[in-house]
Amino acid sequence: MPRTVVSVLTVVAALIALWYAAVVPMNIKEALTSAERAGQVVTPDSAMLRRDTGAFTLITNNSFAIPATFNQARPRLPAPHQVLAELWNTTVMKNITSKRSLVYHGWITLSATLLGFAIGTGLGILLAVGIVHSRVMDMSVMPWAIVSQTIPIIALAPMIIVVLYSIGIQGIIPKAIISAYLSFFPVVVGMVKGLRSPDAMQLDLLKTYSAGQVQTFWKLRLPASIPYLFTSLKIGIAASLVGAIVGELPTGAVSGLGARLLAGSYYGQTVQIWSALFGAAILAAGLVGLIGLAERKLLKRMGFGT
Amino acid sequence: MNDAAQDIVIRSENLDLTFQTGDGPVHALKDITLDIHRGEFVSFIGPSGCGKTTFLRVIAALEQPTGGSITVNGMTPDEARRNRAYGYVFQAAGLYPWRTIAGNIKLPLEVMGYSRAEQDEKVRKVLELVDLEGFGKKYPWQLSGGMQQRASIARALAFDADILLMDEPFGALDEIVRDHLNEQLLHLWARTNKTIGFVTHSIPEAVYLSTKIVVMSPRPGRIADVIDNSLPRKRPLDIRDSPEFLAIAHRVREGLREGHS
Repeated sequence: MPRTVVSVLTVVAALIALWYAAVVPMNIKEALTSAERAGQVVTPDSAMLRRDTGAFTLITNNSFAIPATFNQARPRLPAPHQVLAELWNTTVMKNITSKRSLVYHGWITLSATLLGFAIGTGLGILLAVGIVHSRVMDMSVMPWAIVSQTIPIIALAPMIIVVLYSIGIQGIIPKAIISAYLSFFPVVVGMVKGLRSPDAMQLDLLKTYSAGQVQTFWKLRLPASIPYLFTSLKIGIAASLVGAIVGELPTGAVSGLGARLLAGSYYGQTVQIWSALFGAAILAAGLVGLIGLAERKLLKRMGFGT
Repeated sequence: MNDAAQDIVIRSENLDLTFQTGDGPVHALKDITLDIHRGEFVSFIGPSGCGKTTFLRVIAALEQPTGGSITVNGMTPDEARRNRAYGYVFQAAGLYPWRTIAGNIKLPLEVMGYSRAEQDEKVRKVLELVDLEGFGKKYPWQLSGGMQQRASIARALAFDADILLMDEPFGALDEIVRDHLNEQLLHLWARTNKTIGFVTHSIPEAVYLSTKIVVMSPRPGRIADVIDNSLPRKRPLDIRDSPEFLAIAHRVREGLREGHS
């Protein structure tokens, strides 16, 4: 166990070091411009010349400016501690009802994610049950389910929102539908595989009891599919979050993690963009972790993997 | 109908089964004519591909014959199945990991719609039959392979079928466990007086257990020899060293060799 912790921390440290190393060349030009305005001697001394000079030459010639690259107000690439500080300031230090609180925006996105995930999971399970029991559905639904995932969601999302708006549906529902659109697919694929996982012997055994399809489903297929379901749910919940964020982009939504990303990019607030990104990543990790926890508990109770 | 005819549980006449495969027809069973009487313990022995498992599956209506006729308790195999004529034991125990041992034994009872009280009563009875009293609340992974197979036999016995069909049930177990289970199976057979059809690869197992040994040979799957086992019904394990035992085993071996050439 300590060995694992050490290796994980080593990787994290390496990534952070790489990030800090990248910050200097990314931000050096802006840092030198500010330094020049502040009256310091910069080589070369004209912004025109500096534009055509490589970042690494600028760094070697103006090493005094390196510390400044880590603390700019609007850096091209914010340093890790800036992102962390922004995350801290917009979560712990803000009232969660504030429009500037990342928790507030996170909750807006999370509620759409969870609703979409519930719709997508329910739909996915229903489709899988149909596909497993009906050859017609297998041949007719499965290809469309696959095709649906080849369309870039970023192209489809505005259309969904516009169409729903025209019939008077707005708010959380359109976002949830985009979420569901992304999350039903892994559930369909996983559940089809799971419901088909009992081998010929298991099916023959039930046949010797003259069991019908309904009994076979409840007594054998469904319990046997649970491990597959959880694998799908973990992919599905992450896809749901992506769907909810993408659903916030084309509407010019004013709240939600997607809105934070969009506003950040409009106003060049890179620190805000990065902190929203990390907020989304932390949220996704938390959701996947929760499902993983439920998976371990339930599968252990069901006697799988022991 | 005379007494002898009523005594026949399984009657197969000129039974054929041909599988249509991509490489042409495969004659899994050819001209199988065999009567199995009530209370008999019949072993089917032969090399892979001789159709012994296929024949058992035809009795259980898991395969449909392409020629000849077969009756189980005087009915078609399909009707016999609906009348709960047989319990089937597969090579693997195939217990559901999410059910306890008692829960697994209840599976056929739930499917067949027995009441809760009947279920509990029958579970208790068959657990005692296979010497697994006190293991009802355990999960399959908590039991050894031999105990799991015993639980699967209990599951097949749970609904009081007269016929027990067993497809190499001890094939995956080691020899010591196998000997023990063979002894227990004879015991169980003596107590319940079931008719048993038993598929095996092992000559000593077939001779030790059966009243009748059906030697089969492959391509096409057919009966090479039917040997009535003259050993007494009560058989301690060391009967396997007796001259009578060895003589029957020798005849089985001869039958297998002829079928192979």
